[in-house]
Amino acid sequence: MGSTAHHRAEGVGRRDLIKRSAALGLIATPGMGLLSACASSGGDGQDKAEQGKKTAKNPLGVNDTAGLEFVLFDGGFGKEYAEDAVKIYEHDFPKAKVRFAATQKIQSTLQPRFNQGTPPDLIDNSGAEQMDMGVLVGKNQLADLTALLDAPSYDDPRKKVRDTLRPGIVEMGQFDGDPVWILYYAYTVYGVWYSQKALDSLDAAYPETWDDMLALCAKAKKRGIAGWTYAGKYPYYIPFSLYPMIGKVGGREVLDAIDNLEPNAWKHPAVKACFEAYYELYKKGYILQGTPGLDHIQSQTAWAKGKALFLPNGSWVENESANVIPPDFGLAVSAPSGLDASDKLPFGTIWASGGEPFIVPAKAKNAEGGMEQLRIMLSEASSKNFTAKVKSLTAFNGGTSGITLTPGLKSGVAALEKAGSNVVNPRLQDWYVQLQKEKIGVSGLGEMMAGRLTPAEAIKKIQSFADEAAKDSSIKHYKHQ
Amino acid sequence: MRHGKYRFIVGFLALPLGLYALFVVWPFIQSVYYSFTDWTGLSPDFKMVGFDNYERMLDDGIFWKSLRHSLLFALVLPVVTLALALFFAFMINVGGRRRKGGPAISGVRGSAFYKIVYFFPQVLSIAIVSLLFAFAYNPDSGAINSLLRGIGLDGVQPLWLGDPDLALWCVMAVLVWSTVGFFVVLFSAGMASIPAELYEAALLDGANRATTFFRVTLPLLWDTVQSGWVYLGILALGAESFAVVQIMTTGPGGPDYSTTVMVLYVYQKAFRDGQAAYATTIGVALLVVTLAFAAIVMRLGRRERLEF
Repeated sequence: MGSTAHHRAEGVGRRDLIKRSAALGLIATPGMGLLSACASSGGDGQDKAEQGKKTAKNPLGVNDTAGLEFVLFDGGFGKEYAEDAVKIYEHDFPKAKVRFAATQKIQSTLQPRFNQGTPPDLIDNSGAEQMDMGVLVGKNQLADLTALLDAPSYDDPRKKVRDTLRPGIVEMGQFDGDPVWILYYAYTVYGVWYSQKALDSLDAAYPETWDDMLALCAKAKKRGIAGWTYAGKYPYYIPFSLYPMIGKVGGREVLDAIDNLEPNAWKHPAVKACFEAYYELYKKGYILQGTPGLDHIQSQTAWAKGKALFLPNGSWVENESANVIPPDFGLAVSAPSGLDASDKLPFGTIWASGGEPFIVPAKAKNAEGGMEQLRIMLSEASSKNFTAKVKSLTAFNGGTSGITLTPGLKSGVAALEKAGSNVVNPRLQDWYVQLQKEKIGVSGLGEMMAGRLTPAEAIKKIQSFADEAAKDSSIKHYKHQ
Repeated sequence: MRHGKYRFIVGFLALPLGLYALFVVWPFIQSVYYSFTDWTGLSPDFKMVGFDNYERMLDDGIFWKSLRHSLLFALVLPVVTLALALFFAFMINVGGRRRKGGPAISGVRGSAFYKIVYFFPQVLSIAIVSLLFAFAYNPDSGAINSLLRGIGLDGVQPLWLGDPDLALWCVMAVLVWSTVGFFVVLFSAGMASIPAELYEAALLDGANRATTFFRVTLPLLWDTVQSGWVYLGILALGAESFAVVQIMTTGPGGPDYSTTVMVLYVYQKAFRDGQAAYATTIGVALLVVTLAFAAIVMRLGRRERLEF
């Protein structure tokens, strides 16, 4: 067989063979990972479990011999709380076999199963690999949880489950119309996080107006402390304090208009005033040097070390940064400062909403079992267990008495009490992920806070992103009810 | 005899080609098919939509940005990496000063040590390398800015990954750093197989280092350089560029789309936005780019091989 140029006449030489196969390989490699896992095959998976008998103890009519499959996102909250709840299910239905799995790879393990029509019965669809809720709902992949919400609660048969939940939880589970597709189990308080100790050392209380905020930042700057820092690489953390501020200054309607992608929603004077207020932090040098290059962990660490006073974040920060927050830090959260007394809503207006979205797939074999497992988790005992173990509130309204709360959690509960009914719940981050994170967050707010866009330019840019999203027929659109 | 030879080749190739068809060619055909649907990736129902996805892609500003960055990657990364690797390999193997009593051809002092040092990044996974550099680029307390402060350059504190003008170069620098070592070793092996007499003859004729490199080393190493080029092109268009951009950059893909690449955009559309069909459309565009790249490299690289 030919091996060098002399033998070319004999046909396929070794070198040509190698060259050609190398060329083929080059063509093939990039595409390889693309779709090898996906296949449109798969049956309908219509072998659903028969319904059991509805009784007072079993209001959802769970088939007590049917198996239950529960897939949990194994993230910041761990898996122990869910394992404890599974034990209760197994106790209540001793004949049922429960398959419980905890993973961080929600989408890569479950997407193929949705495509095959054989999803598990209960999923905590959370984390970096969250499956797009809008698409799941739009393609009728989820079961309506209304039956669960109207069932008597686990603790008190006279009270429906829906009446035991915190404000906003049921609405967040709706997309358009009445059905409730998602039950958010954790309850997150967003706002401005700070160290009480640092404020005490500056003889200051948390500033309620923007003038006070700027004055405090000026005072801190003299001592070499920056006023603010934020997750510069993920600037979609800025809205955690900016959006409720917009709501406070201009009223809920402004935020609703933004969520509804209404024309010129971002051009509202309240939006402009708040953008300008934040931009002033940059212009006066109150933002920690280098912030636009920090990720969330790095910014939280700088803040915990006392390099900056304020940080827009959510209540998970206490758990996430537990190893860098000093014991005498006095972690606290406040609702965002407003502009002045003319604001539409009082100081204390805060963003709080559900986290850890639990879903029951429409094609689940034992959907009733999945809902029953959720009903168990929404009992007072399970809720307390969650709060005690992972330092976070749950969707269950209450469940904080009788257990010791950590400083951040305690401050979050106090902030919620102060807010009363003034809890806002902007929906961009669950309705339009790309718009919120990549466009508004990174390309709009991130650029403005790094000083590369003026507030007017940022608003113009964001409005055009919102208009594009409103016109984009490839994404599903939602409206506040 | 000729007949038997083909049967021989086919016998050897049937199994690998079968596997190749099943796991490579078939997914390709599938993804081209999906690019004409409205498949979300999250449900088994979809319908055909004709060229809608392609029309949308041509109007998509982010797609064009990612294409531009991917092309830049495929162009700059091989040039810089191969040039550096050739230089290092030459200095390690050939470029040394002649020492008394030693061989006529040798590397610079300590070349064995350098060879190991250059190869070192190769043993780290690209994910770890990216994380390490994400720390180093931290403008507040990262190694680079701390070093700048340490030598008195307090005024020079770039935002690195936070600066749209710098971010893409920062990412490329990481890829160069992590891949150059492999090519140093590859080229060193290639240079070792060049007969010493050729160098000695060149030296007798009074050739200096540069002449030796361009007249002797490079022509004899051309095949290796060419395969290195192809390999780096795959790296730059494919998985490695995805890993560094996904792990290190703002957003990822930012700030303000300054680092987004085609593979990242495919991933985001398929797995974040639930638009798998559109993602496969971008995948098809990536396929076209890769084919074009392969064709260009193969054509430019065609040279008569020197026998020695």
